[in-house]
Amino acid sequence: MSTTSTLARPGSLQGARLPQWAPWAVAVTAVAVAVAVGLAAGLHSRVQWGLMAAVLFVLGTYALSAKVEGRRQAKDRVATSLVWVAFLLAVVPLLSLVWETVVRGVKVLDGYFLTHSMGTVADAEPGGGIYHAILGTAQQVGLATLIAAPIGVLTAIYLVEYGRGPLAKAVTFFVDVMTGIPSIVAGLFILSLMLMFDLQPFGFAGSLALAILMMPVVVRSTEEMLKLVPNELREASLALGVPRWRTILKVVLPTAIGGITTGVMLAIARIAGESAPVLLLVFGNPFINANPFEGAQASLPLYIYQQYVNSAGSTAAYDRAWAAALTLIAFVMVLNLVARGIARWKTPR
Amino acid sequence: MDISTRKSQTTEGDGPPATGTAHGTPDATRPDPAPRDEPAPGSAATPDTTPDATPDTAPAPVKPAPRPGATATAPGTATRRGDRVFLGLSRGSGILLLAVMAAIAVFLSYRAALAISEDRANFLTTFEWDPNSPEPVFGIAVLAFGTVVSSVIAMAVAVPVAVAIALFLTHYAPRRLSGPIAYVVDLLAAVPSIVYGLWGALVLVPHMNGLFGWLDTYLGWTGILAWQGGAPRSMLTVGILLAIMILPVITNVSREVFRQVPRAHEEAALALGATRWEVIRMSVLPFGRSGVISASMLGLGRALGETMAVATVLSPSFDIQASLLDPGGGTFAQNIASKFGEANEQGRDALIASGLVLFVITLLVNGAARLIIARRKEYSGANA
Repeated sequence: MSTTSTLARPGSLQGARLPQWAPWAVAVTAVAVAVAVGLAAGLHSRVQWGLMAAVLFVLGTYALSAKVEGRRQAKDRVATSLVWVAFLLAVVPLLSLVWETVVRGVKVLDGYFLTHSMGTVADAEPGGGIYHAILGTAQQVGLATLIAAPIGVLTAIYLVEYGRGPLAKAVTFFVDVMTGIPSIVAGLFILSLMLMFDLQPFGFAGSLALAILMMPVVVRSTEEMLKLVPNELREASLALGVPRWRTILKVVLPTAIGGITTGVMLAIARIAGESAPVLLLVFGNPFINANPFEGAQASLPLYIYQQYVNSAGSTAAYDRAWAAALTLIAFVMVLNLVARGIARWKTPR
Repeated sequence: MDISTRKSQTTEGDGPPATGTAHGTPDATRPDPAPRDEPAPGSAATPDTTPDATPDTAPAPVKPAPRPGATATAPGTATRRGDRVFLGLSRGSGILLLAVMAAIAVFLSYRAALAISEDRANFLTTFEWDPNSPEPVFGIAVLAFGTVVSSVIAMAVAVPVAVAIALFLTHYAPRRLSGPIAYVVDLLAAVPSIVYGLWGALVLVPHMNGLFGWLDTYLGWTGILAWQGGAPRSMLTVGILLAIMILPVITNVSREVFRQVPRAHEEAALALGATRWEVIRMSVLPFGRSGVISASMLGLGRALGETMAVATVLSPSFDIQASLLDPGGGTFAQNIASKFGEANEQGRDALIASGLVLFVITLLVNGAARLIIARRKEYSGANA
């Protein structure tokens, strides 16, 4: 940076500074002016007031600071306020999302809602519940986990404990790429298999697609955890003559088990919210179907979508959709919190 | 791999002196040229698993191990059946993963080829989607356009804001605040997309009327921001919703990168009298550029493939709107979800064909992002 501006003031090591309260004063002035202009011009939207205040604040800060402190300080202040504005701007929709889901969701969320299916309840009528959807999601996600977790963990073991050479490189790269597969593409893949064998929608097909989405996530997190296991532990075990596979099973895995559990739970949380593959493969079903291997099933995310789409304008259906969304978010959040708790509790040292 | 390398090097540093002459850590000294993933049954000498390792390996700490950690793993010696089974299992899982990727490509291509061979129009340039009739006519021009437009809007909105939030969390926020906020942003990345979709359709869309009216009044003359007054379920709304969805993802990865900026770089800049913004411009942003790029591409990959949020918010039509504010258009993923219910087998093949295009696009985007990331191994966006 050019030092000329500081050299231009010989004799003083520090240039003039705005007082501590200056930003607040500018902010208050900006808001006051924005409200005044808004009222005078008859603008109803509070959003417009807010935007106007923000613009005024940034401009005012720049002008004042440039006059007192010089251009470089002024730029710094503008950057600071822009960063703050961006943060506040982003917080609004995200808070609104959580707030609306909770407020609108608690309306019909009760014991009845959790323990009954939609059965014969028409889409536009009030009543009904999400028991069938919870059951379907639990089975599909459970089966997907049974498939994906062992494969994912074993692959990670291969990469960390054995992996060298082109095969390991290819696996690493494609695991990375696989994390980015859109969920609907995984659904289409299983769909193409189903078309080939002329199968009707059933729960396990959804599980397969979910497993495809889950595997790379498990691999990545497990890999990170296994890498954290100190090499000294492995060497100590090997030096005692323990075979490699028993070392992995009895020393490496137990050390990393906390992190691995966390990774698997985060992966479960991720696939539990997937609706696109379920829409293609499991299809949805208002009745309770406890057999994931035959017949269409319901699923929580799919239920939300269908309540929204199939019953345009019916408040009863929207209420159910929000309640189901709240249930789903609560489930995902609890999984996340517990997983992070485990991670903190059992960090390998 | 970096980590294991670093670890073994520290082992090498303090291991041999501590163990004296009795049993040196064999792996620190014994070079093993055999690649790790090959069983190498010929390697009869297995000093890494036998306790009575020849002591002559111990007093040679000067010679650096060519590939530290490699010898600790010489796998699958012929004597250990358990080892061979275990190696087979774990390698099999890795191969299975590759096979799944290959199978996705092969099966999608096969069904797509079936569909495209039936298509009576050009698959790439046709503005129509009617694959269910005996004379199927369908093309992806509208979908490609819509997907690109919505993703570009999402990126244009999300990337600057996400970078700003990441900077806020690492360099501006009070320390007591930044920890909890980062935690909440982490959690928000886990909110299911269908919930974003529901929120977008029932909360965001009604709120867009004001913005659309304003844009139409002041910027309507541009054409692309003109509004005829329909419900604001247009590409712009979709783009904004996608931006909100990918914001936590990009923020998380960028934050990780910014946190790793060497303290010395920043202090050097500060010592030269730089303001905080100049520190960020001179040391933080250049250091984090590749990380931010790959974070953005991860976000882009997610925006391209997003299905449910788009399907709930957009009111689709199979044409290209000149204005971003008028409802209409469609994206690959949204079109698959919306058209699936009414599709017969031929129609499903057509949808699979469009899905294949989406697959290839996201593959390229993600592959590029990974290649950028791979140059710097320290962080990875996979757990974002």
